[in-house]
This record gives sequence, C-alpha cells and structure tokens, in this order.
Amino acid sequence: MSTIISNRRVAKGIYVMHAEGRFEAKRGQFFMVRGWEGYPLLARPLSVYDQDEYGVKFLYKVAGEGTQMLSRMSAGDSVTLLGPLGSGFPEARGRTALVGGGIGIAPLFYAAKHMEQADLYLGFSEEVYEEQEFRSLGHRLEIDCGGIVLDRVNFDDYDTIFVCGPEPMLRAAQMKSVMSSGRAAVYVSLENRMACGIGACLVCSVGCENGRKKACSDGPVFRAEEVVLA
Amino acid sequence: MTHTTDSTRTNLDTVCSVAGVSFKNPVVMASGTFGFGREYGRLYDVSRLGGISGKGVTLLPRPGNAGIRVYETPSGMLNSVGLENPGIRAFLEEECADWEKLDTVRIVNLGGGTVRDYAEGARMIDEDAQARAASGRKAVDMIELNISCPNVKEGGMAYGVKTCIAREVVREVRAATKLPLMVKLSPNAEDIADMAAMCEEEGAEAVSLINTLSGMKIDARRRRSVFENLYAGLSGPAIKPIALRMVHQVCKRVNIPVIGMGGVSGAEDLIEFIMAGAEAVQVGTYNFVNWQAGPDLVDGVERFMREEGIRSLSEIRGIL
Repeated sequence: MSTIISNRRVAKGIYVMHAEGRFEAKRGQFFMVRGWEGYPLLARPLSVYDQDEYGVKFLYKVAGEGTQMLSRMSAGDSVTLLGPLGSGFPEARGRTALVGGGIGIAPLFYAAKHMEQADLYLGFSEEVYEEQEFRSLGHRLEIDCGGIVLDRVNFDDYDTIFVCGPEPMLRAAQMKSVMSSGRAAVYVSLENRMACGIGACLVCSVGCENGRKKACSDGPVFRAEEVVLA
Repeated sequence: MTHTTDSTRTNLDTVCSVAGVSFKNPVVMASGTFGFGREYGRLYDVSRLGGISGKGVTLLPRPGNAGIRVYETPSGMLNSVGLENPGIRAFLEEECADWEKLDTVRIVNLGGGTVRDYAEGARMIDEDAQARAASGRKAVDMIELNISCPNVKEGGMAYGVKTCIAREVVREVRAATKLPLMVKLSPNAEDIADMAAMCEEEGAEAVSLINTLSGMKIDARRRRSVFENLYAGLSGPAIKPIALRMVHQVCKRVNIPVIGMGGVSGAEDLIEFIMAGAEAVQVGTYNFVNWQAGPDLVDGVERFMREEGIRSLSEIRGIL
C-alpha cells in the first residue's frame, strides 16, 4: 500500500498523482496501480512520469472506470502499486529526440530528466498540459496542438528517437523510420491492455519479428521495426 | 517475500490428494493465469502453493489470437488469448528444468487441435517424464487435459461441448500416458455431469472445472465485436455461483476427485468449493486482482479453519 501525497487535475480529464514510496524505477517503466478493492477487477498500468525522494508520480488520463476512480482519490488515500515493471527505455546514444502524443508524453518527462541532450516534441489534440514542467528540464521543446507532432521531427537529425503515443502515431513513426536514412534507432512504447503486468497471462502479447513478445515484461518499449502493430 | 506456514504450528490438516498426488494445501494456480510459475516466483515463494497448472501447451507452438485479448466486464473479465504457447518441446526443454526444483504439485495443461495432436502431446510429456524418472528426476506430477480447444473437424466447436466427441480425446490421451490424468471441463458442455462421468469411465483420475464461460462483447459505437475471434472466455467473480453449482453437481455424480474453480477471490470462496465437494481449488483471475493471491489464500484458509475449529478439510468437504 502506498499513500497518496497529492492527486491534482492539470487539464480536462488529465491528472498527476504523487504516491509515496522508495522506488528505483528506470525511465520508461510502469506500475500496476489500483485504488479500490474488488471492482474494477484489473489494476491499471501507468507509466512513471517522475520520481523523487518522496515517491513516484503518474501523469494519467481518465479513460474508463478505473482511472475515473483514481482521479477521485485524495492526499492521504491509499493505492496499491506493483512495480516498477517492464524493461523501459534503453540507453540513448547520440542526438536524441523524445516524441510524445497526448498522454503518451507521460514516460518522456522522467526519461528526459537525466539526459544531457534531448529534444522534446509533445503533441496534444486540444489542450496543452504540463508545459512548464517539461520546459523546466531545460531541453529544446516543441509543442504541437491540433496538428501532427511527428511531422515536426526530422528523423535523419537524430541517432535515437523514443516515441510514445496512440497506436496510429506509433504506426506513423514506423513508417517514417522506414522512409528515413536509417540513422536513427527508433523505439516505440506501447500502451497495450494488461492484466497481470508481469508476463504471466499473455493478454498484452504483441507480434514481433521473432515471434510474440509480452508488452509488459519484454517491453513496453520495442524497436520500431521489430513490432507488428495491428 | 517469505511467509511462515501456520499449519505446522497448529496441526491443521490442509493436505489434499488427487490421483495419488499429495497437495500440501488446496490452493492451486489455474492454467493461463500463472505462466509457468516463473513470474510470480519472483514475487513470492511458489512452494507455499498446493500446486500450479502451467500455461496450456500444444504439440506445436501457437501465436495465439490477434487483436484485443482482454476486456473487463462487471465483476469479471473476458479473455481471448487463444492458447499462445511455445509448444510442448520448448516447454519440456526450457521450463521443466525449473519445474524439477519446485516444491509444489506441477500440472502440465495439455491442449490440442486434433485428437492425434492431443495424443502425440501426451506421449511426448510421458516419454519426457520417463526419461527424467530414469535419472531420479521429476518435473511433471500430473496432466490436466484441456478439452475446451476448438475442434477443427467439427467446425471449430470445442471438444468439451459434446460428451461423445470429448470421449475420443480422453480415451486417446489416457492410452498415451501413465501420468495421472485430470480432465478440465468446460461449462459450455451440454451436460457437465455426463462429461465428468465419461472421464471417470475412460480412466481419468480426476476432473477440474470450470473453464471459462463463452461470452461476447460488442463495441456498439464501432458496431463490431471487441474480439477478432468474436467470442471470448469469461472468468472472475461473476462466474463463481455457476461454477460452484456445477462443481456440486459433478461431485454428486462421480467418485473421482474434483478440483473446483471459477471466480475464487478469497479464502471463503475457496472453502465454499470444498464444501461443495471439491478436493482442491484452482485460482485464476484473482491473481490479477491481488498478486499475492496464492499466499493470501493459503493463510486465509488456515485462518478460517482456526476460527471455525476445523482441524482437517475432510471435516467440511462435500457437506452439502
């Protein structure tokens, strides 16, 4: 059990929860989070947005009943956390770009926090959120609202590109990667539905060039050319 | 994470026996929810469990179903994993070395496409067991035969629906192995008690039930099924009353041990299955609700027994 330090709304349907605990999450990892007893049955996989000496932060979007319940919790309430889970982002080499779409920006903050150089590209459909936080990292930052953030990224300018966002965006990133010179190693972080979160149940399984892999424990970050997105 | 076992202190008898195999307690992890035990083994000591039934394996590797594989429903979940597994050979070569070291009952869950696949799979498992036994090793204690696989010859209807079709599979698998055989029954069977009686006639040492109930979810906005496979298997607390009733009916009908399962989400749920006549109980979806489901249930059963003044589970087994 972890105690909620704060849980604040930062935009319409978007919240940041800070939950207590000493964790050693690596960038791109996630936790299975639940703030209720029996129902909904499954915990929700949430990326690590940030981590400090007090605990772990999650930037999350209200998408269904579970996240709705999380959004209604307050400081002092308890959540159950299983994690950190997943392999996370690999070590970035050379010039690096982090590209996030919507709530897919969540894992990029902590990923960029400890990088010497990272160009951040954040895309939003309607409302921009957490801009000041991202700006405070001191990296180059481009924000797109209502357009296609990937269009702003020249893949040939980079050696490493991390992309996290909705599946159409990940497919577009795969396509861009294929069309590029191949300089950049492109990685995508998936948001598959999960049940166990640790690699036992196979409901998050994803087709890869060498057979199936588990989004939760083999990923959620994969090389863009390795995964088959439906 | 380690836990003390209270049963040794208080002399509670939680031992269950199925086909001559002794389970230290009635808590058995259900196939498909526990991998081969390795993942949960990093979270707690799986030797605390009565047993584990591994991810269902088939003669050849299977990639499983495409598309969304899980959808939550009120008090339950639908899954459409589609028997993704590495195949029996990979299981025997890559998992069984670890299984040899496990101090819990190890059940291999066997699926198949054709009757020949089933029988050939059982034979491979049996030969492997014999080879290990020759060098004093053991990785598999029992086979759990999953007859809920689609029967291609019968238009994809599961083997476990019609007793006469399931009989052929049970008979062939029985002939292919000397390992203790338990048949996992589907609630979608036309008559689950008849199905269980058939398994007993064909020489199975036990039956386990229930597998998931066939269900469906339509995305009304997109006017299509959420699942590419159209239907999916319902599990979780929603199915427990049905499972309990079926376990009760089957226990009244057959003389072989029954392992009950379906929606167990706490020690009292598990005790209910024992009272309905089950020898031991499997736990599946609850692992996703509570990753410590195993140790929590083992502790919970012992607590219940102490609170109720029960020394042995045999005092309450089948009392209804």
